[in-house]
Amino acid sequence: MVDGTLGAVGAVPPAEVEDMELYHPKSWVTRYVFCQDAKVISIQYSLTALSIGLVALVLSWLMRLQLGFPSVFSFIDANAYYQFITMHGMIMVIYLLTAILLGGFGNYLIPLMVGARDMVFPYVNMLSYWVYLLAVLVLVASFFVPGGATGAGWTLYPPQAILSGTPGRDWGIILMLASLIIFIVGFTMGGLNYVVTVLQARTRGMTLMRMPLTVWGIFTASVMALLAFPALFVGAVMMLFDRVLGTSFFMPALVEMGQQLQYGGGSPILFQHLFWFFGHPEVYIVALPAFGIVSDLISTHARRNIFGYRMMVWAIVAIGALSFVVWAHHMYVSGMNPYFGFFFATTTLIIAIPTAIKVYNWVLTLWLGDIHLTVPMLFALGFIVTFISGGLTGLFLGNAVVDVPLSDTMFVVAHFHMVMGVAPILVIFGAIYHWYPKVTGRMLNEALGQLHFWITFLGAYAIFFPMHYLGLVGVPRRYHELGEAAFNTPSVGTLNAFITIVALIVGAAQLVFLFNLAWSLVRGKEAGGNPWKATTLEWQTPETPPAHGNWGKELPVVYRWAYDYSVPGAEEDFVPQNQPVVARAGAREGAPA
Amino acid sequence: MAIALILVLIAVGSVLFHVLSPWWWTPIASNWGYIDNTIIITFWITGVVFVAVVLFMAYCLFRFRHQEGRRAAYEPENKRLEWWLTIITGVGVAAMLAPGLFVWKQFVTVPEGASVIEIVGQQWQWSYRLPGKDGRLGTSDIRNVSSDNPLGLNPSDPHGQDDVVVEGGELHLPVGKPVKVLLRSLDVVHDFYVPEFRAKMDMVPGAVTYFWFTPTRTGTFEALCAELCGVGHPQMRGSVVVENESDYQAWLEQQPTFVRSSAGLGPKVESPRLTD
Ligand code: HEM
Ligand SMILES: [Cu+2]
Ligand SMILES: [Cu+2]
Repeated sequence: MVDGTLGAVGAVPPAEVEDMELYHPKSWVTRYVFCQDAKVISIQYSLTALSIGLVALVLSWLMRLQLGFPSVFSFIDANAYYQFITMHGMIMVIYLLTAILLGGFGNYLIPLMVGARDMVFPYVNMLSYWVYLLAVLVLVASFFVPGGATGAGWTLYPPQAILSGTPGRDWGIILMLASLIIFIVGFTMGGLNYVVTVLQARTRGMTLMRMPLTVWGIFTASVMALLAFPALFVGAVMMLFDRVLGTSFFMPALVEMGQQLQYGGGSPILFQHLFWFFGHPEVYIVALPAFGIVSDLISTHARRNIFGYRMMVWAIVAIGALSFVVWAHHMYVSGMNPYFGFFFATTTLIIAIPTAIKVYNWVLTLWLGDIHLTVPMLFALGFIVTFISGGLTGLFLGNAVVDVPLSDTMFVVAHFHMVMGVAPILVIFGAIYHWYPKVTGRMLNEALGQLHFWITFLGAYAIFFPMHYLGLVGVPRRYHELGEAAFNTPSVGTLNAFITIVALIVGAAQLVFLFNLAWSLVRGKEAGGNPWKATTLEWQTPETPPAHGNWGKELPVVYRWAYDYSVPGAEEDFVPQNQPVVARAGAREGAPA
Repeated sequence: MAIALILVLIAVGSVLFHVLSPWWWTPIASNWGYIDNTIIITFWITGVVFVAVVLFMAYCLFRFRHQEGRRAAYEPENKRLEWWLTIITGVGVAAMLAPGLFVWKQFVTVPEGASVIEIVGQQWQWSYRLPGKDGRLGTSDIRNVSSDNPLGLNPSDPHGQDDVVVEGGELHLPVGKPVKVLLRSLDVVHDFYVPEFRAKMDMVPGAVTYFWFTPTRTGTFEALCAELCGVGHPQMRGSVVVENESDYQAWLEQQPTFVRSSAGLGPKVESPRLTD
């Protein structure tokens, strides 16, 4: 039986850490701006990430306009197009998804869910946000420097990234690398906080195997990020040296436009290894928090314990570990020693097994459930569909030989948008609908939420599902225009136009969401402390929104795992984690007000 | 139950799209039918899983939707079921991986007797080099690159003197003969990609990479660049003409060799008097 379900009364260990002395804000500025409260930092992270994410969304419109209606919009020339895809890709992956999932959700949920008063290093935590903001500003600045942003693709492969055939090689690339370096510095401060808080600041009774999967996901992703980002960091520093100081880490002897350059002896493939040693774990840095969150959304809204909790935890840990030995599946056709393909194809397909287990367990949680189709639940379901789709096409690209014809085509673009674009974004939306009541005390509007969900989910599927087939036809990715080509048939043009129109609609639907966020802040229905009747600690706070320090005088004590939904014999269909086992049948002290 | 119905439509619609849509791969023109077969196997396995899981979800949403008085079952885990699912998944994965690795082995093993040619990428055009009468390519070094010697051949290597150098223009290949393609780049990473051949590989400055294939069908095929290489990336086109042996030999005859072109002499056709 799972640890801490029934009959675990005596299993509440003594508090290992003492209540910490909290920092107390003295003025408006230290309360809302330079604030050390993880909840405020979380909101700062989330709003910044969503704002820069909107920029990336607008860029995707511009790219789609060019692809759907080539040469109609003359301002989107080749230079601009490559700048757009680069900034779009980088912003989405790093500055939106990583930042919002770890900095945003991590900050809000970790302390509340493990029953801590705050992160363990609040000051460093505050710095983390401001450094992140600086990284974002440096990135945005690169749009405005002479020559504009870099157009090297989000993978920034040298030598191309720092040679003059690529837009933004003067300043854009320098700012991009600088911004990444700053981001990683900021992330490290936050990441250490998340990891140490989970390890050291759990409240009494919150054993590791009683933690909600959200915390497991964010925790594992943070550990991974701390191990993976350094590879990108050194790669960025070395490339910056190559560009600015004339070193040759990644630069072999080469001839550019008929000119012999001064470089010599470096290896472009070395950069690719560094990049993907970061880049593949990055996929899971985004995915694991989403996995965790979606598990909790499904369990709560299906009123059923998550199926196979222990397997879910081990799957998260296994995926986290395995994802460090699969990076070169992005490099089957890179010219590395082709014999590596055997190893990396094998590890890559093995990782599919724990991933599949997660999908089964989500679906099996629905089985025999009592499914409430709330807006967060709808987004969670949308996630499962797009994630299955994107996960399965990963089996194509991971299988070395199948990747050969498909790599660098629109198939790849469709695959990674499904699996790490649309799927995590749907979870983020679901999570916002789910936790907004805790953050603000008010519910988001249900009807607007439904509208937002249906357009976004169906639209995203209509954009990216057919796109795989463009890749199969042979349409390469990162093409400003297809021009005359055997595969550029009229039907390909029609499909591209269709995709563009849907993309515009989906983009516009996000306005509904933004409006809902603002409108519900003042007009939303009062939420109360625990509107979803959820078990986890963040719903049991004495105040909503939780006050500084989260808990009243006493920290909560945890008696059970996070998934006591519909426990037989219990009078309600959920039992909060902090409800003592003996009290279950009788009066329910410790339950939400 | 709108959502259950829509999930069914998604599953069915995706399959119908797959079967009925006009977008499918180009007719193959090389020996890599194995790759196509592996893709087909993968489509079958993943397609079945996709449809099964989505339909199962739809069923759950329909059957277990909230109704007055319903209460979910409490079942933290089910070891047997979880193991079975793990094993079945393992089998499915193995069924894709095994043929995949088998074909990959062929992909990386160049058959003996394959002829060797070279493709060189630079921003933004392709050049080709074929061995001359001696059947061997001479050595090259990027430091030798100049306007007279665009591919940087080693002027003192005897094997290189009769090499045929084609700048821009078309690559011709004889049908039915395995060919090992050596790949070099003068500036940035490129990737020589002919959709009909299925095979491709990046060309990396500072290194020589390779792939091999056997053209199985005569015709003219378009080559593209498949690795972002700067603003001219989409314009980096070329073409490959696959023809029978005698046409190929006739074409080869007319190409200038390295000695001739580096001495400033043009191709044979254009300056017939000089060859007398
Ligand atoms: C409706 C939403 C979106 C649309 C319409 C869209 C559209 C596009 C388009 C048209 C490209 C360029 C494809 C090419 O020519 O190679 C692209 C690239 C990319 N997108 Fe998105 N995108 C969306 C959302 C996202 C999200 C949420 C992510 C987060 C992971 C993302 C990550 C990327 C990345 C990493 C690239 C590759 C950039 C590169 O090739 O360097 N996109 N997207
Ligand atoms: Cu990967
Ligand atoms: Cu190229």
